[in-house]
Amino acid sequence: MKLFSYAAPQNFYPLAGRLWPWLALLATVLALAGLWVGFMVAPSDAQQGQAYRIIYIHVPVSWIAMVIYLAMAFWSVLGLVFNTRLSGLMTRALAPTGALLAFLSLWTGALWGKPMWGTYWVWDARLTSMLILLFLYLGYIALTSAIEDPRRSDRAGALVALVGAVNVPIIYFSVKWWNTLHQGASVSLTQSPRMASVMLTGMLLMSLAIWLYAVAIALWRVRSLMLVRESHAAWVQQLPEVQAHRALRGVA
Amino acid sequence: MHPHTFRAAAGSHALPSPGQAMLGLLRRDLRLALRRKSEWLGAVFFFVLVAALFPLAIGPEPATLRLIGPGVLWVAALLASMLSLSRLFEADHQDGSLEQMALSAAPLSWLVSAKVAAHWLIAGLPLVLLSPLLGLQYGLSPQALAMLALTLLIGTPVLSLLGAIGAALTLGVRGGGVLQSLLLLPLYVPVLVFGAGAVDAQLRGLGAQAHVSVLLALLLAAAAFSPWACAAALRLALE
Amino acid sequence: MIWTSASEFWAMGGYGAYVWGSVGVSAALLALEVWLARVGRQQALDAVCEAMDADIEDAASDHSIHGEKAANGPSGVTP
Repeated sequence: MKLFSYAAPQNFYPLAGRLWPWLALLATVLALAGLWVGFMVAPSDAQQGQAYRIIYIHVPVSWIAMVIYLAMAFWSVLGLVFNTRLSGLMTRALAPTGALLAFLSLWTGALWGKPMWGTYWVWDARLTSMLILLFLYLGYIALTSAIEDPRRSDRAGALVALVGAVNVPIIYFSVKWWNTLHQGASVSLTQSPRMASVMLTGMLLMSLAIWLYAVAIALWRVRSLMLVRESHAAWVQQLPEVQAHRALRGVA
Repeated sequence: MHPHTFRAAAGSHALPSPGQAMLGLLRRDLRLALRRKSEWLGAVFFFVLVAALFPLAIGPEPATLRLIGPGVLWVAALLASMLSLSRLFEADHQDGSLEQMALSAAPLSWLVSAKVAAHWLIAGLPLVLLSPLLGLQYGLSPQALAMLALTLLIGTPVLSLLGAIGAALTLGVRGGGVLQSLLLLPLYVPVLVFGAGAVDAQLRGLGAQAHVSVLLALLLAAAAFSPWACAAALRLALE
Repeated sequence: MIWTSASEFWAMGGYGAYVWGSVGVSAALLALEVWLARVGRQQALDAVCEAMDADIEDAASDHSIHGEKAANGPSGVTP
């Protein structure tokens, strides 16, 4: 049960501190590799020409935006079951990246759609679900920022994350249904070109890179959140970085 | 007279059963609503207003109106429902009766169901009853009007149930109204899609059974899940 | 290498604006996120320092109150 000892912020803080640099390094390496494969090695697409290369950004960010939400739901379940403070902090730390990636998914999707299908926006199931996902993220962030009491804020956020996680598949299927009803108005914007294996490699490398980036920055952020949340705790006040920061400030 | 005393079963000093507590709460909420008519009349009026304004904005072309009618009416009902939700728990929270409910022997989720039921009777049912009249403005066929009323009949309780979660989560939080709408949007989308879609399908002569079945499923899911989620959120607000 | 010249690379078959618009905005926003995270850490450290100052103040005022109480005696009632 050594794993549970990491649920205490005091123990998780140094662990996160040791992990994030390696994850960031790995993310950078994979991203460079992925971009190389995607932009320098993979050939142009038969139908879409060079514009298809946007998928090397669009697909990874879309996928990870969804994965992050699942991760938030996972941490929320842990928090509600085990009542650990870390769960609320991790969920909170993940949210901004998720929102950013959801936005980038919509942005890159629009820029891909315009040259390909002549329109920046199309109400297909995936794009619409991504838009709703963005709203879910924004709702989570807004709610947790608005509630001042940390415990209530964490638990309310956990509820939102869970309800949202249950809701996303429902939304996806309802919009898909809605799309098939109103045929002719919609073309699936994310109809990817037939994948040559090198294209697939590029996308996988980028997806891994973005996932590792998301984890690294979440670990960085959770450390900051812990500092604020536990600012009166002895273990925080005795941290070397706190002492150093205090020395820098203390001259004032 | 304290509005929040629960009457014990007649002739005894025993605590009311959960069922009796629910009924008592339902009756009390209805009575209070009748006294404060402005609260729910506002939502109903909003529904009528939006439904009346769209044709004025878009033009009297019958084909266009028939096209947008189901969607407009459903969105108007949805917005009207959202408007009336913020007051669901507020008054009770302010005068302390919400705390009483949380402490009472009856499970909070049951009491929440009673409150949601009252909300629907006050702010949802009138929309259902008015919808055929408003649908006439859009030139909807009798079958479409019936489908509209039916989908609203099934859908507005879902909106009330889901909306209550939003209201409970944002209780007492600053910026609550906007926040609530932001939280509710993703929850409302499936209801809207299938509700308006059913009427549209009816208008085009395709069957709407599938839509109605999904709406019923959503209603069952919401009825099972929402009171529990609301109770959890309310306890958070009361801590 | 599939590109015969640098200008071909930037042009992206005529879709340069779209492709580089995507890549550029993504890179910019991710960089912004990293920067904001760094700023967040500085603010967190500031918050801890402020908490420490507040704790020291509290401890000090506790001592001074105790000091006064000792001087005035246990009773709080003024005659």
